[in-house]
Amino acid sequence: MSINQPLFEGALVRLGEIDHEKDPEVVARWSHDAGFMRMMYIEPMRPLSAWQVKKKLEDLEKSIDEERSLFHFRIRSRGDDRLLGFAELYWISWSNRIGSVRLGIGAGADRRKGYGQETLRLLLHYAFAELNLFRLAAVIPEYNQPALALFHSFGFREEVRRRQALERDARRWDLCVYGLLETEWKEARNG
Amino acid sequence: MDENLLVGDLVRLTHEEPEVLARLESQWSLDSEYSRLLDWEPARRFSAKNSQKWIEKQYEDADSHAFSIRTLSDERIIGGIGLDGIRWTHRDAFVGIGLGSRDDWGKGYGTDAMRIILRYAFLELNLHRVSLNVFEYNQRGVRSYEKAGFVPEGRERSVLLREGRRWDVLFMGILREDWMKKELEKERE
Repeated sequence: MSINQPLFEGALVRLGEIDHEKDPEVVARWSHDAGFMRMMYIEPMRPLSAWQVKKKLEDLEKSIDEERSLFHFRIRSRGDDRLLGFAELYWISWSNRIGSVRLGIGAGADRRKGYGQETLRLLLHYAFAELNLFRLAAVIPEYNQPALALFHSFGFREEVRRRQALERDARRWDLCVYGLLETEWKEARNG
Repeated sequence: MDENLLVGDLVRLTHEEPEVLARLESQWSLDSEYSRLLDWEPARRFSAKNSQKWIEKQYEDADSHAFSIRTLSDERIIGGIGLDGIRWTHRDAFVGIGLGSRDDWGKGYGTDAMRIILRYAFLELNLHRVSLNVFEYNQRGVRSYEKAGFVPEGRERSVLLREGRRWDVLFMGILREDWMKKELEKERE
């Protein structure tokens, strides 16, 4: 790997910054999709107006500036710069060199197109080769099978199952923690 | 109805004056092992003023259920225990506990405090489960949590970097239904 390896651009997507003018409307639309919201968030699903999203994005921008433990990116398509989703490294503990990772592709029509896969590849490279982290964790509900499969395909291993930690649709679900070490990431990439 | 919800065999759970707690906290955290058992952030010294602000904030937070632990025999404040990160729709919370002085470790105080807070979590807050995590090097903690009824749910590998080596973080959990079964068995005995 050389120093001119692009960190933020793949064949399909680009990892960008928040667009406070255009993003709120798109994110507000996603927030009305219960399927998406329940995959991404443990909090009760609530649709948001563009005005509410705008405020949230302003708070997020503030956290990105002030906290050294959060790296947040907007996923945009390389072709037309359309907002596809978001990806972030969060809860970074610098003394332990660890962090957590999550990402989401907002619109149903944009899923299963390889956007998430390419984003995760870029994000892992950024975490291990630029931030020099030693390990990453991903917290995923048992019912989010696409996410479990995606993280598994990058070498993440199931480490924890918090039994029945969630209740949705009148039944209990486990909350899984997946983990990936830097050494495993390197091996998977070379293999 | 249980009128002694917050009283155990050895200790009881209380709320204390923030000023008193802040002084104790500053005394306790002089022992770096105390800090290293509680937190994965670097052990450091906080002023009593800083601790007091933090304690007051916790008391004001309606979703934080933090208590002090007092011994029944001689009424000393020996540590703290609390539920936080409560997810009300899922009825899950994390519990954390710390005993300040080494002289009070290994005497059953922590296990007794944990039994009390589980009773509070399941019979008053009506939670479905309680979670905790404990660092690999805290085997005394693990044994105490097992005694209180927690079972292992996995381990995050190589999370901590301390004293030049990596340590896992162990996750444990207890479900209300399993806790109830044990309580009923105890009553029958």
